[in-house]
Amino acid sequence: MQLTQEQMDMLNGKYGDGTAIAMKIQVGIGESFGATRMVPITRAHVALSNQEADLWFAEKLLNAGAKCRIAPTVNPGFCLSYFKNAGMVSTENADLMQRTHNAYKNLGAVLSYNCTPYLGSNIPLFGEITAFSESSATPYINSVWGARSNREGANSALCAAITGFVPEYGLLLDENRKGDILVEVQADMKSDFEYQLLGYMGKKIGNGIPVFTGLPKRISPEALMNLGAQLNTSGAYAMYHIAGFTPEAPTLEVAFGGKEPLRRVVITNEELAEILEEISEPGNRKIDFAMFGCPHFSLNQVQEISKLVEGKTLKAEMWILTSSTTKEMAVRMGIDTIIERAGGHIVEDTCPDQPCWNHLNGKIGVTESPKCAYYPKRRGINFVVRNLKESVEAALTGEVR
Amino acid sequence: MNNNTFTCHKISEGIAEGGALISTDDIMFYLIDPKTGVVIEKGHALEGKSVSGKILIFPGGKGSSVVQADGLYQLSINNNSPKAMIIQNPETVLVASAIIMEMPMVDRLVPEFYSEIVDGDLIRVDANNGTVTKL
Repeated sequence: MQLTQEQMDMLNGKYGDGTAIAMKIQVGIGESFGATRMVPITRAHVALSNQEADLWFAEKLLNAGAKCRIAPTVNPGFCLSYFKNAGMVSTENADLMQRTHNAYKNLGAVLSYNCTPYLGSNIPLFGEITAFSESSATPYINSVWGARSNREGANSALCAAITGFVPEYGLLLDENRKGDILVEVQADMKSDFEYQLLGYMGKKIGNGIPVFTGLPKRISPEALMNLGAQLNTSGAYAMYHIAGFTPEAPTLEVAFGGKEPLRRVVITNEELAEILEEISEPGNRKIDFAMFGCPHFSLNQVQEISKLVEGKTLKAEMWILTSSTTKEMAVRMGIDTIIERAGGHIVEDTCPDQPCWNHLNGKIGVTESPKCAYYPKRRGINFVVRNLKESVEAALTGEVR
Repeated sequence: MNNNTFTCHKISEGIAEGGALISTDDIMFYLIDPKTGVVIEKGHALEGKSVSGKILIFPGGKGSSVVQADGLYQLSINNNSPKAMIIQNPETVLVASAIIMEMPMVDRLVPEFYSEIVDGDLIRVDANNGTVTKL
């Protein structure tokens, strides 16, 4: 790989040991993918986590003097002040979150604690070269915004934020951004929920860049957020196209770069119904709680819930996870009060796969997100998956159909 | 080079020797018990087998970036990680994790390597010089 003088200096420690470690890792990644050079980035998002490996790596870089050149936005852990005050986390787990907070603060990250930066705090322009980790974020910025990022890990994205460069390979190059698989959607995409199920068809869609056809003319940002999040729960996707909708797919032909699709897949209503049955606990039962916001709920989605619960009382506890901006807006607009009065809570900076949910161990919840149902399983928390309206209804009655 | 040496491409530097363990399935390191190195993923080709101290030969990684890195890290601090990894399909998450954990990793072995090697063969991976040798 050809490095510029500045990049060589970084590698050789002129910018400190922390930057040298980050650059060494990135050169290693670049060489393994046959990259010939490093190119500058203008944005990054790090899927921070308060798990030991992530904290170990962040502290290692920090202790070696690293500082971010490009301040990255970061993923949620859990809201320390909220859960600590409520007595819902152990001292040990609170300490891990505090150390994570301190490490990223001192590395110079934007402490956004939000997994949907592409809808607010960190929106790239078309063609912009970036380093984005996080399941729903990488496909959103590549597919919907037409920006460029490989499917970075939290660690490689942090290295990129520190050096300000990424090795040039994969989705940074035009020829690798073309579609591979034609996915003909025959299912009725009635609401944002059907995009969750479509995204969960990763096993059937298979490896490569999918090109979707047969989708409605108007697709909401929330539906696209769901699609990307679930594609990366059921498989590994950094990009997709929607013919006639996403910017690099004005037509099917352009989406495939003039080539024939490698494979064709058809998705029907029956298949969406089957996948729902597979990922959900059986219905017709009592539920203990409802959880929304995996990925973080937008203000629109929070408003939708507030309309459904206004003036009513929830039978089951309800948690709505959002960015701090959405939470603040909900407070200002009185939506937060409506939801609190009904017995629900909007909590910022928090993810469902966190130790702050220990009290839900062994309980059955309802959610509209298959991803929310997937990861907390190893914490002994299980979910019935239904669309948003049915899920809110279940929280009101304490029973799901 | 003798018949028992195969060329390869370095991903993560280092030299290691150990017994071969071959997986036909992709691996998610989070679903390996860090205390024993035993694969606990249901239905996995290596279910019930330990990767600890092995030269692990598998197609590639899968799963969310955070948990993959954490899985490898937990194996490392418990001294149950593989000694080296030989893969076919590099992707950023696995590659970055191997380099960060300073675990030797190579790819681009010829098909003859895969027909020659069986579980338990003692092999030496020299990522620095781009060779894998059956001892």
